[in-house]
Amino acid sequence: MEVTIVNFDKELDARGLSCPLPILKTKKALNDLTTGQVLKVVATDPGSVKDMQAFSTQTGNPLLSSAEENKTFVFFMQKK
Amino acid sequence: MEMQSEKTAVLPVNADLDRAITERVDAILDQRLEAKLAALKAARVPSMTIIATKGTLDWAYPPFILASTAAALGWNVSMFFTFYGLELLKKDLSSLRVSPLGNPAMPMKMPFGPEWFKSIGWNIPNAVQSIIPGFEAFATTMMRQTIKNNGVADIAELRELSVEAGVNLIGCQMTVDLFGYKREDFVADVKEYVGAASFLPMARDADVSLFI
Repeated sequence: MEVTIVNFDKELDARGLSCPLPILKTKKALNDLTTGQVLKVVATDPGSVKDMQAFSTQTGNPLLSSAEENKTFVFFMQKK
Repeated sequence: MEMQSEKTAVLPVNADLDRAITERVDAILDQRLEAKLAALKAARVPSMTIIATKGTLDWAYPPFILASTAAALGWNVSMFFTFYGLELLKKDLSSLRVSPLGNPAMPMKMPFGPEWFKSIGWNIPNAVQSIIPGFEAFATTMMRQTIKNNGVADIAELRELSVEAGVNLIGCQMTVDLFGYKREDFVADVKEYVGAASFLPMARDADVSLFI
């Protein structure tokens, strides 16, 4: 799956970080955004794919896309 | 007597009506109750309480990982630190250690060198571990390096993120006294020092309660 969303308001580099840091940093980064703004998260933790989905479901911040490119995972999450 | 016979006479009609009303009311109530429960569930903020009782580097992880993640998910989290768990509240966490002695499940692998070397499991007998001076310090250094190599947060960072996310840190007053700790030893983020009687009501109301 390859999804590219060009417009985002903030980018979080979570490469090299393990559970639960990508989620904790995502939560923190979302705090700086306003409703409707989009956060791009780049991670290498394979567990982050399911975790970001669960985080989105639990918190209600829509996960606009989730894609893998060369063992790097790219997520776009919108602040609710 | 007269009244009773009158009642008996109209019973079939009433019974039909009663049954119809009961069925209808039940159906409406079930529907409304389900909708109401779903709304309540959606509006409810989940909560978790954790009792942290271990004070070693390895066992410091599960409580803080779960607490910080739950807080990130928007849950209310309280952690009760008792016995050796109080070590996790200290300002200086550099004294946290891990012991391979009597800890047979702990993988003993080197965090450096070529892959073939890193994959070796060093099966060192307890008797040998126990007589080598500084073995525990060595194992702790290796563990810290492995943690760093894998991009796993250190405990101080996880604790800080937990506090930032609103996790309540609670110390057990009894063990503070028992082990002769001073409150100045602990981070100022500790909300309160209480006993079991204060913690248990929080645990009773929590959706998830863990003893670690």
